[in-house]
Amino acid sequence: MPLDDTIASPSPIAPPGPSTPLAIQVEDLHKSFRIPIHRVDSLKERFVRPFSSRDYRELRALDGISFEIHKGEFFGIAGRNGSGKSTLLKLLASIYRADAGTIRMAGRLAPFIELGVGFNAELTARENVVLNGVMMGLTPKETRDRLDAVLEFAELTDFIDLKLKNYSSGMLVRLAFSVMMEADADILLIDEVLAVGDAAFQQKCDDAFREMKAQGKTIVLVTHDMATVEEYCNRAMLIEDGEIRQIGDPAEVGRRYLQLNFERGSETGDGSISADVNEVRVIDACLEDMAGDRATTVEHGDRIRLRLEIEALREINGISVGFIVANADGVGVFQFGVPVETEDGSVQSLDAGEKVHVRCDLENPLTAGRYHVHCGINQAQTARVLLHVHNAIDFVVFGGDPNRGIVELKYKAEATVGNPES
Amino acid sequence: MSTVPHDAELRLVTGPSALGGGRRRFLDLLRLMSVTEFKRVYFGTILGYLWSLIRPLMLFGVLLFVFTQVFRVGSDQVEHYPVFLLLGIVLFTFFQEATQNSVSSVVAQEGVVRKTQFPRLVIPLAVCLTALFNLGLNLVIVFVFIFAFGVDPVWTWLLFPLALTALFIFTSAVSMALSVLFVRFRDVAIIWTVVAQVLFYATPILYPVNFKPEGDFEHLLMVNPLTVIFEQVRIWILNEAGAPTVVEAAGGWLGLVPAALIFVGVCVYGAWIFNREAPRVAEEL
Repeated sequence: MPLDDTIASPSPIAPPGPSTPLAIQVEDLHKSFRIPIHRVDSLKERFVRPFSSRDYRELRALDGISFEIHKGEFFGIAGRNGSGKSTLLKLLASIYRADAGTIRMAGRLAPFIELGVGFNAELTARENVVLNGVMMGLTPKETRDRLDAVLEFAELTDFIDLKLKNYSSGMLVRLAFSVMMEADADILLIDEVLAVGDAAFQQKCDDAFREMKAQGKTIVLVTHDMATVEEYCNRAMLIEDGEIRQIGDPAEVGRRYLQLNFERGSETGDGSISADVNEVRVIDACLEDMAGDRATTVEHGDRIRLRLEIEALREINGISVGFIVANADGVGVFQFGVPVETEDGSVQSLDAGEKVHVRCDLENPLTAGRYHVHCGINQAQTARVLLHVHNAIDFVVFGGDPNRGIVELKYKAEATVGNPES
Repeated sequence: MSTVPHDAELRLVTGPSALGGGRRRFLDLLRLMSVTEFKRVYFGTILGYLWSLIRPLMLFGVLLFVFTQVFRVGSDQVEHYPVFLLLGIVLFTFFQEATQNSVSSVVAQEGVVRKTQFPRLVIPLAVCLTALFNLGLNLVIVFVFIFAFGVDPVWTWLLFPLALTALFIFTSAVSMALSVLFVRFRDVAIIWTVVAQVLFYATPILYPVNFKPEGDFEHLLMVNPLTVIFEQVRIWILNEAGAPTVVEAAGGWLGLVPAALIFVGVCVYGAWIFNREAPRVAEEL
C-alpha cells in the first residue's frame, strides 16, 4: 500500500489507499445556477414582463468534477469563496440536484452543512436531538437511546429540557456537534465546523475525529482553512472556478491554495514607495527558503532568509537598513536593522551606483497566516529616512497554530515546588 | 478512469425529491414534524390548544346569531341548523387552516430545506396532519352538539371517515401546490386568502345547497368539490328527511362530473407541481 500519509500526527491505522473500496464516486459533475438579472418574484411582474425570465446569466458553479473517495479516508475539499466547494457539498448532500453527471455513494450519509440547522429554538434540547436524529435517518427509538450520550458529550445534561432559544451560542454549537458525532453514519460531510467551542471541547472533538477515523468512517471536510486540512486529512482537493485544480497530498494542496489565495496580493507587493527616491532605490527584495530558492510560502519553524538589494543613486555618507515584519492586520510583529559599515566598524560611504546586499537569516517563529515585510533605509548619523518601501515582501506561513499567538518562540520554562532558592 | 471495480454497495445519489429516503423515515419525520408544528402553534400561547377550539366556536356563535335572528336563510329548511352550521364551520376551518398554513410552510423551513436533505413532501403534509388533528378534537365538540340537539345516531355515521378522507386528500393536494408556488410567487399568499374567503361562501356552510328550491343554482354550487363533500357529510351525519342527495342536488349523475374532474385535476396538479419543484426549492429560496 503506497503510503502518502503526511499528516502531522501519525494515525494508528493504515491510511486508506486504492485497495479499499470506494465510498464516494463522482463522475463529470456539472451544476450551474441561473442568476436572474431581474428577479420575477410576483405574478404581476410575470404578466407585465412575460419574457423577463430570460434575463438571467448563467453561473457555472461546477464544471465537470470527477473524483473518488475511498472508504475510511479523511478527505478535504478546499477552495476560496465562490469556488464551487459549497455547491459540491450540497450536491453530495442531496440538497441540490446536479445538471449532469453522477454521484454514487456507499453507506449512510450524515450531512452537516452548517451546525445546528434544523434546530427549532422553540423546542427543548431533547426534542431537537430526536428530530435531528430522524432527519439523519435514525428511528426515533434509536435517537432516544443515544440521547444521553449526545448530551453527555455536549456537556449539556443539565439543560436537557431547556428550550434552545435560551441556549448560548456555544452551547448550541456543542449540541449540534454532538448530534453529528452520535449520528453513526458511514460518511460524514462537514462544512467548516471544526473551530467550535472552548479549548477543552476542541480537544474532545479532536479525539472524536481521530476515533471516527480509526473506525474507518469516511469523512469529507469542506473548508477554506488549510491548517485544518493539513492537520486532519489524508487527501485533499482544491477547487477553483468550478474545476479541480489539485488533488492528492494535503500539504501540496495547501501550498497551491495559498498560492491561489495570495496571487493577486503578491502582485501588488513592492508597493508604495515613500520618501525621497533620488538617493537610493531597491533593486530586489525577496524571501528565500532553506534551499535558497525564492519563496512566497514558508513553513513555520523553517530557516528563512530575507534578502534585499539596494543601489545608491548618489553619494551617501552611511546608511542603515531595517526590516519590519507585520501581520495581515498591519500589526508589527518584530523588526531588526543592520548598518552598512566597513570591516572595522566605521561608517561606509557609498558612491553613486554602488550596490548593497542585505541578508537576514532567522528561524521562522511566525505561525500560519499572511505577513508583509516593510523595508526602511535611513541615513546612518541623522536617522533621516531615505527610503521606505511599504510591503516590499509579501509571504505566507503555513504550519504553527495561529490561535496560540502570532509567533511561537522557543523557550525554556521551569516550574518548581517550594522555595526556588533552595 | 477507475481501476477499482464498482463496489456493490455504491448506489446512485439522485438529489433532493418530494419523497425518497425510505418510507419509514418519511413517516417518522412526518409524525415528528406534525407534533413540532402543533407545539409551535399552540405552546407559545396562554390558552394553548383552547384557541383552536375557541376560534371556530366564536365564528359559530356569531354566524348562528346572524343567520337565525337576522337573516333566517337556512334555518327554516334545515332541521338542526346549529349543528349543520357548526359541522360546516369545523370542516371548513380544517381546510382553511391547513391550506393557509401550508402556503408559507416551505419558505418558513428555509434553514432546514437549504441545509439538509429530507423528503420535501413532509413539510406541507405535516401542516395538514396538524390541522387534521385539530379537526379530530373539534369534531368531539361537534358530536356533543349533535347529541345535545337530539340528532339520532344512524349507521351512515360509519361512512363519515370516507368523506374526511376525500377532504384530506383534496386539502393536501391544494397545500402541496400552494407551498411550492409560494417559493416562486410571493403573491400566492394574498391570492389564497381571497380565494379561501370566496370558497367559504361558495360552499354550503351558512345555507343548505337547496336554499332556493327552484332554479339551477344548486347545480352551479355542485361544481365545487367541497360542496359535494360537505353535502354528503350532511346527509350521512344529520340524516334529514328533506335533504337532497348529492345526485339530486347536482341534477343527475352527469352533474357530478365537473366536481369529480376538478377534484382529480387539483390532486394531479398538486402532486405534479410539487414533484417538479421539490428538487429545486433549495436553490429558489
